[in-house]
Amino acid sequence: MGFFNRLRTKKPATKDRSGWERGILVFAHTSEVIRAEKLIKNSGFCIKVMGPPPEIRTGCDLVIEFPLIEELNILRLLRDKEIQALQVVPVTDHLLQPVDLFAVKDFGEHLMVRAANMKLTVDKETGVIVNISGGGCPDVPYLAREMIGKSLLEAPKPQDIGHTLCGYALHLAYEEMVRRCWQ
Amino acid sequence: MLAVVGTVPEDDFPLVCGRADFDSSRLRVEGKYIDVNRGTPALLAAACRMLQTLGQEPPLAFLVGDTGLGHGSRRLYAYLAEHLADHTLSSMVFHYLQPDVDGHGRVLMAVQELKTRPKLIADAGFMYAAKMSGQSPEYDLFTPDAGELAFLADEKAPHPFYTRGFILSEDNKVPSLITRAYTHSNAARYLLVKGSMDYVADSSGILSTVSQPCSEAMEAVGGTGDTLTGVVSSLIESGMDVPRAAELAARINRTAGSMSHPTPASQIMDIIPWLPTAYGQIKAP
Repeated sequence: MGFFNRLRTKKPATKDRSGWERGILVFAHTSEVIRAEKLIKNSGFCIKVMGPPPEIRTGCDLVIEFPLIEELNILRLLRDKEIQALQVVPVTDHLLQPVDLFAVKDFGEHLMVRAANMKLTVDKETGVIVNISGGGCPDVPYLAREMIGKSLLEAPKPQDIGHTLCGYALHLAYEEMVRRCWQ
Repeated sequence: MLAVVGTVPEDDFPLVCGRADFDSSRLRVEGKYIDVNRGTPALLAAACRMLQTLGQEPPLAFLVGDTGLGHGSRRLYAYLAEHLADHTLSSMVFHYLQPDVDGHGRVLMAVQELKTRPKLIADAGFMYAAKMSGQSPEYDLFTPDAGELAFLADEKAPHPFYTRGFILSEDNKVPSLITRAYTHSNAARYLLVKGSMDYVADSSGILSTVSQPCSEAMEAVGGTGDTLTGVVSSLIESGMDVPRAAELAARINRTAGSMSHPTPASQIMDIIPWLPTAYGQIKAP
């Protein structure tokens, strides 16, 4: 696990406001959700990426669940970065919980992490991404082409270049793989 | 004629409709060369190889560039809805497209208006859209992996990403998930569930299973499901009935994988050239 042992990091603390009333931010596209999530989380707000209630679902969507009391702060943050939420809706119904369990398979020289429907495999000695499999959205082949052959440190992050739920799932696998590198 | 509908992972790849041609390493449609790594190009390459081996004409490809924003997919949905009637097709396989319930509905309506209904196979994003739209029984074959089967079995899930925890995609739950998918009318007439064991099933239950040869590394290799869909579509196009084609395709895909001696770092282009040899070996006894 040569590459794994060379990496160290520390996660930023988040403000836990999970007990507050909740709302959801609705965006035009999954890639905007991914950008907004990164921005809001980096600013310390406690949010979750979820599936929308059926009445506002148009295809394979994500929404951001957030503490309603922070609405103005979060909208200002988004506006400053020119990210436009289509709607802000109070949560009145069941939101779908994304699959959040990871499966890990050790092939000896290679390690594979699966998150939801996406799998990421790296060479344990070099940290180079050797394979990406699973998924069915059209950014999966694109993400594979951009990431395979590069190390975890050099490869573009799926959250930066992906656009779909499969891309988002791959990012979770990527984060879990990096987290395992940092253990 | 087999039609293959899907996307190429390039934003500037135009919408094309033309015969696909695959030589030893390169896929070509309408004079445009396409890299084969995974996704619809891998399905097309496998289909070209198999159709040639089976003595069938090459597939007709409907392709468009899309890297996930969905613009290309929406153009292709609209094109198909308008132009499908210009072609005579005996089978169609729908693949990597941005799931879009409205777009799916318009394409399916165009298919239903054809004078002769082709056999319909769906995989990847288009299979997600078919399930979300409640039209799964219109299809002859879905080719999900275990995670996608859990999504079909979960009547509330709009995407495999949201499959609920109580039906996690473990291989040993496949039989019960198949039953549940049919109970809620979220399965095609036949299912080919790919995994450590491949299952062929219909509403009556499991028809056959294939588990050999088994190369553990294949699970990590991207595109093996795409080639399986390409192989089964080609066999169906050759006139084989769907359950027989599904079982044979699973054996061919596994054998080709095994012949390539895969590692978790193998790429799908290491496996595709072995498909005709695998077919020949399985056919020989």
